[in-house]
Amino acid sequence: MRWWERDPWIELAQVLLRNPFRTFLSSLGVGWGLFMILITVGASNGLEEGVKSDMGNRVKNSAFLWGESTTLPYKGYPRGRWIELTSPDVEYLVENATTLDAVAPRNQLGGWRRGNNVTHGLKTAACGVYGDMPIYKDIDPILITEGRYINQRDLDDRRKVAVIGKRVRQLLFDREEQVLGSHIQIQGVTFTVVGVYKSQQTGEDAEEAENSIFTPYTTFNHAFHMGDRVGWLSLLIKEDVPGDTAVAEVLRLLKAQKSVHPDDPRGFDHWSMAEMHEEMSTVFGAFRWVSFVFGGLALFAGVIGIMNIMLITIKERTRELGVRRALGATPANIVVQIMVETLTLTVLAGLIGGILGVFALEALDAYLISAEDNGIFRHPHVTLDVLVTALTTMTILGAFAGVLPALRALRVQPVEALRT
Amino acid sequence: MIELQSITKSYTTGSQSLQVLKGVDMQVSAGELVAIMGSSGSGKSTLLNILGLLDAYDGGLYHLDGKDMAGLSERRAAELRREMLGFVFQSFNLIPFKSAAENVALPLYYQKVPRKERARRSHALLERVGLLEWADHLPSQMSGGQKQRVAIARALAASPRVILADEPTGALDSATSEDVMALLKELNGEGMTMVVVTHEAEIAAACGRTIRLRDGLVESQGHV
Repeated sequence: MRWWERDPWIELAQVLLRNPFRTFLSSLGVGWGLFMILITVGASNGLEEGVKSDMGNRVKNSAFLWGESTTLPYKGYPRGRWIELTSPDVEYLVENATTLDAVAPRNQLGGWRRGNNVTHGLKTAACGVYGDMPIYKDIDPILITEGRYINQRDLDDRRKVAVIGKRVRQLLFDREEQVLGSHIQIQGVTFTVVGVYKSQQTGEDAEEAENSIFTPYTTFNHAFHMGDRVGWLSLLIKEDVPGDTAVAEVLRLLKAQKSVHPDDPRGFDHWSMAEMHEEMSTVFGAFRWVSFVFGGLALFAGVIGIMNIMLITIKERTRELGVRRALGATPANIVVQIMVETLTLTVLAGLIGGILGVFALEALDAYLISAEDNGIFRHPHVTLDVLVTALTTMTILGAFAGVLPALRALRVQPVEALRT
Repeated sequence: MIELQSITKSYTTGSQSLQVLKGVDMQVSAGELVAIMGSSGSGKSTLLNILGLLDAYDGGLYHLDGKDMAGLSERRAAELRREMLGFVFQSFNLIPFKSAAENVALPLYYQKVPRKERARRSHALLERVGLLEWADHLPSQMSGGQKQRVAIARALAASPRVILADEPTGALDSATSEDVMALLKELNGEGMTMVVVTHEAEIAAACGRTIRLRDGLVESQGHV
């Protein structure tokens, strides 16, 4: 059959439309299979997108590291020694680490469920107060809505300045009140507000994040008598370095520096966005896989349905096939005819299912956007490669489904077919 | 046109082998209208299938238009059928979801005749059998006689050398049978070679010559 010719397609239409309801029913399975693949893969994409954006647009290649007690004795030190990071460790890391773009030490006042520690006039609030480096803004991006962020001169001069979160502003200031330039007391120490920021995270995370105050690292340590102690380190890993590689290097350097046994599983703990992202991607990759496999099985069942109906049709059309043979149809003509019929039925059904699937996802997406739903499920969609893979799988399955009916049709002997 | 020499054919069903043709010799010359008669079980249908290249024979010689028909592949047999043979069946065997014109055009489709030419020729043939105004009707909308005339038009479509008819009037009443036989005779009069299998004496009488089969052998061949 040459596809650009009209006749084979007219033949095909006649055959498929002879029993439209049955054609519809038998192709339903394949359409449904493809629909399912797109919907489930699209949904898992939506979930992934939602969860990842819930984690904030935090820089993917950031990591956090802090000291804890050791579990192995080493170089004369007993086990159970508490490791405390200090400023020289930071300098040592900056000088020696090859996998990092930046190292930012941080300190914090007031832990989880802290008491009120910040006042402005008569108003008080319980906030997280941090001593930070200017570079920290690159590690955990925030949006400055008023004023500015901490800069190097603040650090050099140990200026008592503070950048406060949106929530802190609400708690300490009246709506119309001038914020920039006004003073707040943090545990009795007076700071001047130089900036207000907004978090890029969403939901509860954002509220917590916006309930913080950033002060210059040097000022913080001086004002709150931290000496050269470092609460924890924020690390910005170089673009092309995998998270675990960088963390491994940092641990190796710090363990040597702080005389911690190289094999000690503790001594330092860390949390890395990169590892988190990698884990998350693995989980959602598996999700997509499972969706694809189950959708694929639905598709397979659908294709079996089409094969079955084709086999039945062959039985019914024994006479027709015999007549065609008697009139000069070659075995190749018959095989091509049956294969094309099966394939067309499969592809047509799959395309319809696929189009409906894409439309359903689009509609859901449009609904979520219009409802301004910023939850954990966001922007469900399928990528082109998923679509192409699904359609290719379907076409290959369809071709396989055609083989058996075609062979069955070939076995029809014209003599038997015409026997009356 | 057709020449058979000691054609044998046997069917095996399970462990039993049944010798249907036991050495058939016959000739049909170009332009003849020959009836093959015989009681049921005499092998006449098998003989027609062999003549029509729908079935293979076990032994003997078959020359169609001077060519040996031994050991044909399925594909070659199909090609020869569409170039040299036209079939008329007892139960018409029109394709139910195709119009009269499309049924007539089907052999031309397999001959890869262009669409327009097919339409032109199928309409001309329907006119020839007096059914031009029925061209767009489905077989289910036609009477038995009309269906058989469409089938005859279809058999003519590929301009065959021989038309093979298997009980062409078997499913028709006597008046319609006469019409159909008249049409066949008319075509024969125009030079078409025809072989008609029948068990009806009147039909055989209308043919130029009768070959009688009995128990897989030719009993009489008439005057060649």
